[in-house]
Amino acid sequence: MKNLLTIQDLRVYYYLREGAVRAVDGVSFFMKRGETVGLVGESGSGKSTLGLSILKLVSSPGKIVSGKILFNGNDIAGWNEKKMRLLRGSRISMVFQDPMTSLNPLMRIEEHLVETIRTHQKIPKAEAKKKASLLLNEVGIPPERGGDYPHQFSGGMRQRIGIALAIALNPDLLIADEFTSSLDVIVQFQILNLMKKLKASHQMGLIFISHDISLVSEIADRIALMYAGQIVEFAPADIFFSEPLHPYSEGLLNSVPNIELSDQKLNYIPGMPPDLVRPPDGCRFYPRCPYGEDICRRKEPPLVQIEKEHMVKCFRYDGKKSRT
Amino acid sequence: MERKVELKVVNLKKYFPVQKSFLERLLSGKIEYVQAVNRISFEVRRGEVFGLVGESGCGKTTTGRLITRLIEPTEGKIIFKGEDVTFIQGERLREFRKYVQIIFQNPYASLNPRMRIGEATAHPLEIHGIATGERKKKMVFEMLEKVGLEPAKKFYDLYPFELSGGQRQRVAIARAMILNPELVVADEPISMIDVSLRAKILELMLMLKEERNLTYVFITHDLAVAKYISDWIGIMYLGEIVEIGRKEQIFSTPYHPYTKALLSAIPVPDPKREKKDIKLKGEVPSSINPPSGCRFHPRCSFAKDKCSNLKPSLKMVDKDHYVACHLY
Ligand SMILES: Nc1ncnc2c1ncn2[C@@H]1O[C@H](COP(=O)(O)OP(=O)(O)OP(=O)(O)O)[C@@H](O)[C@H]1O
Ligand SMILES: Nc1ncnc2c1ncn2[C@@H]1O[C@H](COP(=O)(O)OP(=O)(O)OP(=O)(O)O)[C@@H](O)[C@H]1O
Ligand SMILES: [Mg+2]
Ligand SMILES: [Mg+2]
Repeated sequence: MKNLLTIQDLRVYYYLREGAVRAVDGVSFFMKRGETVGLVGESGSGKSTLGLSILKLVSSPGKIVSGKILFNGNDIAGWNEKKMRLLRGSRISMVFQDPMTSLNPLMRIEEHLVETIRTHQKIPKAEAKKKASLLLNEVGIPPERGGDYPHQFSGGMRQRIGIALAIALNPDLLIADEFTSSLDVIVQFQILNLMKKLKASHQMGLIFISHDISLVSEIADRIALMYAGQIVEFAPADIFFSEPLHPYSEGLLNSVPNIELSDQKLNYIPGMPPDLVRPPDGCRFYPRCPYGEDICRRKEPPLVQIEKEHMVKCFRYDGKKSRT
Repeated sequence: MERKVELKVVNLKKYFPVQKSFLERLLSGKIEYVQAVNRISFEVRRGEVFGLVGESGCGKTTTGRLITRLIEPTEGKIIFKGEDVTFIQGERLREFRKYVQIIFQNPYASLNPRMRIGEATAHPLEIHGIATGERKKKMVFEMLEKVGLEPAKKFYDLYPFELSGGQRQRVAIARAMILNPELVVADEPISMIDVSLRAKILELMLMLKEERNLTYVFITHDLAVAKYISDWIGIMYLGEIVEIGRKEQIFSTPYHPYTKALLSAIPVPDPKREKKDIKLKGEVPSSINPPSGCRFHPRCSFAKDKCSNLKPSLKMVDKDHYVACHLY
């Protein structure tokens, strides 16, 4: 099967007074149609920047410096704004981390949905209205609230209105940035079911950016773990959760609180991520790594293939699963 | 020793009028309301954490905004350290704001886009005349470091749009904590922070609590977080508190069918584990026309006739543990 999306050695930097913030620094991964990639990693590691760059919405002073973004085989990294606009919303859409990004404060939410639908599909207003109601229902917003403005909704409701807008046109790829971060577990579960339905009904691909690793495990087919602007492990989800290879993956999975244990202590990885303006020369995780050796400080580890579709960026693995 | 009551909320109610066009109003002939918070009561003792958990849209943020006097209640009272603060104004309200802080749910909307992070964090110190000059700067650096915004010197000069979501959330925490408040309403303060950092932030919040005998109303959708940080937990559903108790009681012996459904829906990081099926029938009811009787009854698998007619009140089921349900 052909890939829906292939990212090759993508670099996206923000140019600030004191230098370039290397928010995405040599990222590669891929996904097939209908697949879900869970994009996880520490706060500030570049997840939103990566998501935004696929839609070419990185705001200034950010810039795509180099690399390829192949969507259905076409490299869209070089596309102009006019061509991108045809892609956005209808083929690739995004639920933004800030729910207000996609909402219009001056528009009643039903109106907004109807307008979104009608700019891309030539259908009568009444039909679009019916569709809008259905969409609201699917994300758990009572359709009778359709006449309200965004500020009249709760944080989680706004998030869900953003989801309704993003799926209104049946995109091939949905980039969902922390789109369940204010939802209770039951509504989260319902939204994940909705995503599974869209996956099954028209093979929608999903990039699920989240800090909630437990939630990601419920839906992801692949996991891309980011650390300081780079993907340090890319693996099929079941393998990632049962046999994580990268020391950061291991640390992260150990930090997930287990609700069933009464034990109060929370685990975490000591230390802080590096400054992305001046990242360390060697492995970026070295300062926090429990297994670090001299080479890790001096040289940047390559992303090596361990098995078909399983990559890890660490000197402990030398093209095989066993540690060297 | 019984701790002193820091905050008491009595029959608090907030209805928002639904905006309609002139024509719609003419046709329907009545004003409709969103019943965001419907007569809730609870108290929080000094130095304790009250976790507020519930469905998205059930009224948690509205409750937090009422407590911090950002909006006026339709009915009910807010009592802070024995004083009725529901309608205080002027100098007394200013004083109140020094002691009571809120960490807003959306870190994108709550930071002034034209203020650098350092200024934004220092701002409360200035308004209340607490520190200036070098001392102020030192306090800000310390606070930024405590929430993991390192190097603090770099973050001091950045603007909010130069930060990621989780970084902004930490600025909001720093800004609320720098004033040495007595009561903090924290509305999903760590919802965008990954697990490894979140433990550090939660420990910081607990440490400040111990050091300064702080009181928190902690709103969160994450039950693992609620379990970790809270002493008491209140479960809300459609504007009402349906269960309240000590944390251990809520997690070990939940009574309300909604609480049980919530606890059964907690995700676990293991894709091979059998996927659960969450049994909550029906659609989310609207808070404009909430169901009669128990507001949860249309979605409850144990509902009896009585549940659709009579609203259950909070009853004590065990010491310190209350539930609003006709089953008990
Ligand atoms: N507009 C901008 N200008 C300058 N730097 C930026 C800008 N946006 C993001 N950054 C920086 O780029 C890095 C990556 O940010 P990004 O928002 O992609 O992180 P993230 O992984 O989404 O984090 P979070 O989980 O906290 O949302 C961060 O260090 C951030 O400070
Ligand atoms: N200014 C307003 N005008 C009208 N309705 C409002 C307003 N603010 C809140 N509401 C409504 O009140 C109800 C409760 O909202 P609130 O923000 O308190 O929920 P919440 O529990 O914080 O939800 P979430 O977890 O999604 O943030 C919702 O139905 C919301 O739409
Ligand atoms: Mg982000
Ligand atoms: Mg809220």
